[in-house]
Amino acid sequence: MADMFKLQIVTPERVFYEGDASMVELSTTEGDIGVYASHIPMTAIVSPGILKIHEGTQVKKAALHAGFIEVLPQEITIMAEVVEWPDEIDIKRADEARIRAERRLKDHNAEIDVLRAKMALRRALTRLSTRQ
Amino acid sequence: MASMRDIKRRRDSIQSTEQITKAMKLVSTVKLQKSKSKAEASKPYFNLMYQTISSILRKSENLDHKYLRPGTSPKKAVVAITSNRGLAGGYNNNIVKLINAELPVGDTIVYSIGRKGRDGLQRKGYGIKADYSEVINEPLYQDAADLTLELLDSFARGEIGEIYLAYTSFKNTVTHIPKLIKLLPVEMEAGEDSEGKAHALMTYEPEEEEVLNSIVPKYMSSLIYGALLEAVASENGARMTAMDNATSNAEEMIEALSLQYNRARQGAITQELTEIVAGANAIS
Repeated sequence: MADMFKLQIVTPERVFYEGDASMVELSTTEGDIGVYASHIPMTAIVSPGILKIHEGTQVKKAALHAGFIEVLPQEITIMAEVVEWPDEIDIKRADEARIRAERRLKDHNAEIDVLRAKMALRRALTRLSTRQ
Repeated sequence: MASMRDIKRRRDSIQSTEQITKAMKLVSTVKLQKSKSKAEASKPYFNLMYQTISSILRKSENLDHKYLRPGTSPKKAVVAITSNRGLAGGYNNNIVKLINAELPVGDTIVYSIGRKGRDGLQRKGYGIKADYSEVINEPLYQDAADLTLELLDSFARGEIGEIYLAYTSFKNTVTHIPKLIKLLPVEMEAGEDSEGKAHALMTYEPEEEEVLNSIVPKYMSSLIYGALLEAVASENGARMTAMDNATSNAEEMIEALSLQYNRARQGAITQELTEIVAGANAIS
């Protein structure tokens, strides 16, 4: 069994998660990563995706949208701007957001902010897949 | 000496004022509890953010990044956080005074959050660029993030060279300190190098510069958001103290007036008795 490390996830409003974990998986701007204990110190930027916290055999899932992660050998801190547990996600709203964003991307209008629509779509998809 | 009726009228009026200040004190006590726990809940994020930023900057001391040096413009922007409502003692005025003492009128652009501070600064002659007074009623992280984007935009266009944040920091229920801190360029207090963490080996994904590009706005948002929450707690704390003082002052005045009233009443009765006795003596 892998060693445990201290994981702390904080948001501006609250401490989202605090405890011991054996592995944490998340998406960064450079790609998806999985971090075990004794990782080399690293700082990376989070991109929207599913966050998986492995506590030994148990796995907890959450939707992580923005923030950054600081990895130290025995301690990992995720500074999340937005993060949600599956049961906090409003599936109907996420689905509507997905449809809206897809429509916006389809009718290549010069006025719409493509980057923003893409980000909205990613957020919606992350929420939906976390929920499933 | 004032007549009995005048004293009574005065006392009644003070009594109704006391009722109002008492009610306001109770309301702000409840609000203080709420805003205090909110401010405390956001502390860990803020503290960790500060630690991370300072460890990154300490490691990369000679990094030449656009957020680490002042802009070319001599203009300074200040985010002034005050309240929308008065009757909070010196709370709003302290911020106005602080800004007036530290930043020159001609070269400062104000982004105001809170109507009282906006009006106060306007009277002193400051130019108000934008007003976000609605935000202070119910501060959200998104508000802070939006404001940060706008500030960084102006900074990138060279309209402003430095960004400051003025707010009232909440130390405890009775102590609130008006503070002016520099948001941009980012400056850290030197001399906390003794932390045991292995910062020297930190790697960055992507490059340091890009990490800073992305983290500095988050750092600013978290500072502004933390300041908003603390300011709300301070406002309620200041109002509570002010209303508490007002209530006890009213009580004191009522006591003094009651004494005066009773003296006047006694005087009137004595006079009346003397008159009756004198009248009776004259008849017999």
